Amino acid sequence: MQFKLDRRVHYSKAMLIATPIMAVGLSMLVCTLLLLVLNKPVLLTFHSFFIAPFENFYSITEIFLKFGPLLLIAQALAVGFRAKVWNIGAEGQMIIGAIAASSVPVYFVDSTSAWLLPAMIVLGALGGMAWAAIAAFLKTQFNANEILVTLMLSSIALQILYYLLLGPWKDPMGFNFPQTVMFQDEALFPYLFDGARINTSIAIPIIFTIGIWLFMEKHFGGFRLIVGGLAPSAATYAGFSSKKAVWSSLLLAGFAAGIAGMSEIAGPIGQLQRSVTSGYGYSAIIVAYLGALNPIGIIFAAFFLAVLQIGGDVALVSADLPISAVHVFQGLLLIFYLATYTFVNYRLRVVRPITQATPKLTS
Amino acid sequence: MSNTPTTPLLSLRNITKQYPTVIANDQINLDVMPSSIHAILGENGAGKSTLMKLAYGLIEADAGEIYWQGNSVSIRNTAAARKLGIGMVFQHFSLFETLSVVENISLTMPGSREQLSKQIIELGDHYQLNVNPAASVHSLSVGERQRVEIIRCLMQDLKLLILDEPTSVLPPQHILSLFDALRKLRDNGVAILYISHKLEEIRELCDTATVLRAGKVTGSVNPNEKTAKELATLMIGHDVPSVTGRDQQRTSEKPLLKLSSVSVEAQDPFGTSLSDINLDVHGGEIVGIAGVSGNGQQELSKVISGELLSKLLAPNAINMINQPAAHLGAADRRRLGFSFVPEERLGRGAVPPMPLSKNALLTAFEKGMLKKGFLKKKAIASYTQKCINDFDVRCGGPDSTASSLSGGNLQKYIVGRELMLTPKLLFVAQPTWGVDIGAATAIRQRLLDLREAGVAVLIISEELEELFEITDRMYVINGGALSPSLTTSALTPNDIGEYMIGNQQELRETGGNHAV
Repeated sequence: MQFKLDRRVHYSKAMLIATPIMAVGLSMLVCTLLLLVLNKPVLLTFHSFFIAPFENFYSITEIFLKFGPLLLIAQALAVGFRAKVWNIGAEGQMIIGAIAASSVPVYFVDSTSAWLLPAMIVLGALGGMAWAAIAAFLKTQFNANEILVTLMLSSIALQILYYLLLGPWKDPMGFNFPQTVMFQDEALFPYLFDGARINTSIAIPIIFTIGIWLFMEKHFGGFRLIVGGLAPSAATYAGFSSKKAVWSSLLLAGFAAGIAGMSEIAGPIGQLQRSVTSGYGYSAIIVAYLGALNPIGIIFAAFFLAVLQIGGDVALVSADLPISAVHVFQGLLLIFYLATYTFVNYRLRVVRPITQATPKLTS
Repeated sequence: MSNTPTTPLLSLRNITKQYPTVIANDQINLDVMPSSIHAILGENGAGKSTLMKLAYGLIEADAGEIYWQGNSVSIRNTAAARKLGIGMVFQHFSLFETLSVVENISLTMPGSREQLSKQIIELGDHYQLNVNPAASVHSLSVGERQRVEIIRCLMQDLKLLILDEPTSVLPPQHILSLFDALRKLRDNGVAILYISHKLEEIRELCDTATVLRAGKVTGSVNPNEKTAKELATLMIGHDVPSVTGRDQQRTSEKPLLKLSSVSVEAQDPFGTSLSDINLDVHGGEIVGIAGVSGNGQQELSKVISGELLSKLLAPNAINMINQPAAHLGAADRRRLGFSFVPEERLGRGAVPPMPLSKNALLTAFEKGMLKKGFLKKKAIASYTQKCINDFDVRCGGPDSTASSLSGGNLQKYIVGRELMLTPKLLFVAQPTWGVDIGAATAIRQRLLDLREAGVAVLIISEELEELFEITDRMYVINGGALSPSLTTSALTPNDIGEYMIGNQQELRETGGNHAV
């Protein structure tokens, strides 16, 4: 018996919806096997991952706290991915956004101006865009591969962050911890509820999502990017600039990641410190693909990954899992998603070997 | 085992091959006799290539049987086909450009290079398929490459040679020498399956013709006894439509397209650089560019369309509708009143997975389809629907994806989309490539109508008959350079052939064997 992949005439819409579900199912299956090998409680682990996060109000707000930046960055990355601009450096753009925004409370420690927060938003966005612009410039000018450039720029951004935290921006009263001063309340987003960390910054990803949906589905600009991704020669033929596509994709991602970074330091963290990104820049890549690069799909994918992260935190304690378990699960998700996505465009056919025709005489 | 001359070399019985949307071969029966040239005649999409791929083991039939010299066989792959003595030369050659002729052949044949070179020369002399074994393939003309492919087949114990549209890449003079070689092969006992849609060629060369239409055999005839018209009727199922309307020529005073000394360096190492191109097209005339493929047509079409911008060109090196345009991109040139239909439909002229309506946006977005950058669904849908109606595009409606349309229908859609832009200057590359006769006639008629309406029309085509049918003037492109302007009515195909190969190259290729 042989298996063959036949290209479908039309891509399968049913499979498009089924692939994320299959990816989740397969990931859970492999995780179960891993847990059995590690001799960890399987049911308790899955309970920690998927049920526990919803068991009290606080952890539900924590889900949304993680949901925000994941959604914001993934929406922007998906636009680029559809235009075949492979920006995998949202992490670095997020760091630079956070640094740029932090400069305001760091240098105006005593200010109580109402303009603090707006200034930080603008600087966060500009910081992220500037970092992404380096990759866009190198890509359009020298055709430097944006995958490598954005990835390496993330490492550079991290070193800049470390330098600032260990040097000029270190809190003088911070017992030598690598972090800045705690920011004043005027530099932070107001909380939504008492006793929960979730704050008003959640509005930004939601508004951004609506904007992206309109842009990609209803606007000519989105159409141009999609054409550039699907059929580059058709885009050239129509006269759509591929350089413009690179610039706009990267700047949009820089904008979103920069604001996401800013929302972290002006939200749950409240200062600039080493773990400012929580890995959102990388997780957002998974979110974008798990959501089939579709603005609506990404909402569900971001929520799912947020649950997974909170659940992972719970599982660390309750099921005594190592921290890398969450990363393994995320990685499995992406691999299985990409593997099952094949079936959107191909169908599997089982070929039974035909018995060899024996030569026979004919008249 | 009977092996008398009356046993067919190859017999296909009830061969059926189905693809997701179409039955490519439906209960096909075919007998190829030894020492005969057997034509497979049919329009594009009739199932000719599928049938040949089945015989060569590239694909497997869903049903039916294959007999080789009377024995039932299954040809599971090309190695099995070659073992039987079947060789095939494709339309697109499978040679490594960076290797020499003998190196290419030694990839599939045992023996030392010296032995193989000797064999290549011997076979070449015998069949007048001369080619230098030591030459690099990338330096060879298309005709020479074809010879290499044929010789490669001959080096095995060849009983059946399958040729897929072998003349589509050749200038007229070389077609004759190919025919001589094929006749000689036949007389030496090789059977030839000759796939073509060119009726005159088949009448001249072939002993038998099997006609395919929509996957079925519609007749098996002796082509010498039929007129081209009768063959065409078998092929397309009804009388051949013809184009009408060559009125008195009235051309605009100033050219609507003028290229002055345009030279552009090739972008890829095996591309062709354009050198010193001078060309003009007036309103009210159809100008054709003839030439063997790969002589700079691709590059020239991109330079004219604005897809390839050269910074070295002065703005007025390309003058379009009385405006300097060499610095303008594709969209800006369209704004001047220029429209372009590229030779590749899927992926360039249209985005395959997108519906026709979205494909209308590609070039017609300035026809009231946008409001502050947002898409106006109704305007897009009505433009698309009008195009589908006016240009007789057979499809499931504006929501059908471009990839779901047949080649001919998609071409009608793209031509329609561009004509609805009401261009003053229209440029069509390969207007009827892979398009069935009915659609091709409709497209040619549209082009003639446009000429009457005073539009300047430029076409690039490899089909000489087409160029002779509709153009007023012609240029011939060869090695990236353009011939002087030639008046079609004063030309013969042989004149064009001269320019296609250039006299020096002609001498080199034929080695003096073939007088022109």
